[in-house]
Amino acid sequence: MAELVAVIASTHHPFYHRASTSTGEDRPPFADEWVRKVEAFRETLTRARPDVLVMVGSDHFHQLWLDNMPQFLVGKAPFYDANFYNEEREFGLPRLLLKGQENLSAYVLREGLDAGFDLAFSNELRIDHSITCPIITLRPQNDLPIVPIYTNIFAPPLPQPKRFVQLGRTIRQLIESWPADERVAVIGTGHLSLELGGPRQFGPHGPDPQFDQKAVEWISSGDIEGCLAEVTLDSLHAPGNATHGFMDFMLMMGVAGEGQKADYVDTYDLFHTMEAYFTWYPNGGAR
Amino acid sequence: MSTYLLNKFLFTVDRDPELVERYREDPTGTVAWWETEQANRILNCHDGESSTWLRFDDRERAALAGHDYPALFELGAHPFLTLTLFIAMFERDYDEPLGFQKEYAQRLSHFSLPYPDIAT
Repeated sequence: MAELVAVIASTHHPFYHRASTSTGEDRPPFADEWVRKVEAFRETLTRARPDVLVMVGSDHFHQLWLDNMPQFLVGKAPFYDANFYNEEREFGLPRLLLKGQENLSAYVLREGLDAGFDLAFSNELRIDHSITCPIITLRPQNDLPIVPIYTNIFAPPLPQPKRFVQLGRTIRQLIESWPADERVAVIGTGHLSLELGGPRQFGPHGPDPQFDQKAVEWISSGDIEGCLAEVTLDSLHAPGNATHGFMDFMLMMGVAGEGQKADYVDTYDLFHTMEAYFTWYPNGGAR
Repeated sequence: MSTYLLNKFLFTVDRDPELVERYREDPTGTVAWWETEQANRILNCHDGESSTWLRFDDRERAALAGHDYPALFELGAHPFLTLTLFIAMFERDYDEPLGFQKEYAQRLSHFSLPYPDIAT
């Protein structure tokens, strides 16, 4: 059977690539510390020696659109081109080509359907910065095959928060029952409090530092019950109008498991939003 | 009222570099052309199988033609789509980093929770 060797939850900040590669006057004052933190975070994945990456993210109206919007979608393709014109334009993100792990995609789809998740699929998926940001931060050599899983945190009506947790639990069960001698890491990215296109955007820090503090506590302590008791589709409007991306963190808490303390926790308070990085090593593996 | 159609305009213009420039330079003309020629195109179907019923109401048309992003916010256009496209059009006109984004926030500062519904 496959082994789940690392569970990683992270914010995805599309400005990291530009900040970390800029030099001289263009280099923002927060870049060096940010790079230091990201490289330390990267080491937590490297140490787990994964063969395959299951990548959880959310399309930002790139390929998925309101005429045909899936709630949860699994990519099943031999390759995935990545990043879009408007991400090059706004963030300077490079175009990438990632390899796919089709056997695991097929397994997740078949077994996921049988486990009660009516998953959509795509055989030609161009992935966006919700998945390429963690490739850039955590695996810049881009040498591992992936299974992309997209969630709808963006276009209401959205699935309930508990559904994200349940999907996370199911993803873990599926990986651990996959009959293959492979080491699998799951990497999911979302947001803490975030406002985009609203009056609270681009402030000196995230729009709701109090929510961020609470969220980091829920995630790092694996407090799924406490989190589910407070977080609803309605409540997530209060910390910022793009905070529903926090539900991808809840999905990753589901992968990690109730009460599972993260083995690695780091945060970085930036303008606009707080960065947060978490790693769990199931079964103690690379701890 | 068609929040969906507002979003469809923002989405299809944002992904096309030529249309981004055309909308920046000639908003009224671009909106009129788009409503006539593009609004009913189903994006994943060929032109012979377009829809027949989509059109803007007057407020929506005026908000788009006026580059009026506070009005688009009020009408429930998806804030991510509006922000992304308007950054592409207008960030270049500001000297300070994030100058446009901060002004954008300022111009929306009269909104408080709950924000206009963005469900489509």
